[in-house]
Amino acid sequence: MFNVLQYDFLQNAFLAGSLVAIMAAVTGYFVVLRALAFAGEALADIDFAGATGAAILGISSLLGMLGLALLAALGMGALGERVRGRDIEIGMVLSFALGLGVLFLSIYIQHGANSNVGVSVLFGSILTVTRRDVIITLISSSATLLVLALLFRPLLFASVDPEVAQARGVPVRLLSIVFLLLLAVATAEAALVIGILLVFALLVAPAAAAEHLTRRPLTAIILSVILGLTFTWVGLILAFVGTGRHLPVSFYISTMAALTYFASVLIARFRSPRRYRALPHPSREHIRIHAH
Amino acid sequence: MFSIFQYQFIQNAFMAGTCVAIVAAIMGYFVILRGLTFAGHALPNIGFAGAAGAVLLGFDPVIGLLAFTIIAAIAIGVLGKALRERDIAVGIIMTFALGLGILFLSLYSGYAERVYSILFGQIVGISLENVLFTTLSSFLTLVILLLVFRPLLFSSFDPEVAEARGVPVNLLGLVFLVLVAITVSIAVQIVGALLFFTLLIGPAATTIRIVQRPIWAILLASILGICYTWLGIFFAANGTWPVSFYIATISFGVYLPIRLLSPLWIGQHARKSMPSRQDTFLPHMQSLEQEQNNSTEATGRKSELTR
Repeated sequence: MFNVLQYDFLQNAFLAGSLVAIMAAVTGYFVVLRALAFAGEALADIDFAGATGAAILGISSLLGMLGLALLAALGMGALGERVRGRDIEIGMVLSFALGLGVLFLSIYIQHGANSNVGVSVLFGSILTVTRRDVIITLISSSATLLVLALLFRPLLFASVDPEVAQARGVPVRLLSIVFLLLLAVATAEAALVIGILLVFALLVAPAAAAEHLTRRPLTAIILSVILGLTFTWVGLILAFVGTGRHLPVSFYISTMAALTYFASVLIARFRSPRRYRALPHPSREHIRIHAH
Repeated sequence: MFSIFQYQFIQNAFMAGTCVAIVAAIMGYFVILRGLTFAGHALPNIGFAGAAGAVLLGFDPVIGLLAFTIIAAIAIGVLGKALRERDIAVGIIMTFALGLGILFLSLYSGYAERVYSILFGQIVGISLENVLFTTLSSFLTLVILLLVFRPLLFSSFDPEVAEARGVPVNLLGLVFLVLVAITVSIAVQIVGALLFFTLLIGPAATTIRIVQRPIWAILLASILGICYTWLGIFFAANGTWPVSFYIATISFGVYLPIRLLSPLWIGQHARKSMPSRQDTFLPHMQSLEQEQNNSTEATGRKSELTR
């Protein structure tokens, strides 16, 4: 069973998958806390344009995704003091990015390539990850985690209560831009492993499930990392040795992630329904609060 | 250049595209009002997964589209009741559906060009039958929207007051989501998931920054939607690039200057009537903000977390 690990492409898949799972799970916790889920989705769709654009230019799709997503994150950061709650703006950028992606894809296909490129970008291509991609992933994941570790306390403070944090002198605006840049890196890497359409499975689902199960930030982050790693490893193992048929890794990962999230919602509701519902989320200004 | 209009398939594209543009623009107004932008992006993608499943089992894609989008719409309505969870729930439901979609695609032995076109749209490959079907169902959707128009508008602007006055807010929300799901199922086959989202959000996002009254906003959104669609098809028929790219670009190109310049006039307008938040959607925000200020529990959790 374990002799599959001697294949190069599988080693690459496991290495890249684990690195991405850890980094995405940690970043995802702040995505959940800062209510940036839709922004994450938009960045993933910008990655689509990045990857297809890179295909035309003939460079690595990971580099294309990183480049365009970082640019877009800078733009989002410049857009306003608060990215959260700006659904409409994000939606417009998202539709434009997808339009660009379709354009690049059609140019690429017109130049004689087959349309499978589109499918592998959309649904992930962990099998085609090269050693160079692993090294890029290693460097960017470590850098992201390092920055997150350094900024942990102020970022947590600014995510939970931006007003008070600002009053205490935390540079909230700057933190928000820095976090968007980190999110851009995280989505680009998650897109490489699991595909643009399924980024949520590694980025949001583990953290959202963990946040339902525990209130403590550090416990939630650790739980989120454990969940992300489990999804990735079990997905890879199932795809290669588990069943007779070679079903896609992305399918296993996203199904496990979604089912875990649904279970966590049920558990949270079952455990303390009233207290849970009455809590306002600090990062959503326009939240409805039922006065019980 | 204008000779393209002789072709039957171009005429079909214009007719079907116009119907979809009108319904999408009107629906988009409510989608934006209710903060459902992400759901509007997710439902077409979920429909794609359903179509893949239907093709695998040998059914008509529309059956899969309807099944997946309606189930997802109900799930979003139920899971997203607590607003803080809605975006996350929508995203994960979409991921779940798309994971199934890639499974269906990989099990399907033939290469699923037809399914793939649901993602990006093939507006030029529409038969006259499709046009009639689209026209009829668009008309039906509009009639239903017209029937629930006033209570839906009321409950979108101010859910609390609407509920207090006896409007079935939760039921209306669910009915609206299911209506969006049905529209998606029909429209996505014609224009594709991406283009549907563009036609849903683009016109309405632009018009709510120009006019305040709902009726005018909806009318203007429909007109914009039709213009985008016609221009897009016209350019695509004369050029080599895809329709969805043209329409998405036109829509973004119109939106961007208006979004950037709108504080000039929205600011004045808002300052007269509303004390705060000139930048976002005003009536909706105000009532919710007041409510949040009333809550004492809010401060409780904040201090617990910052400690």
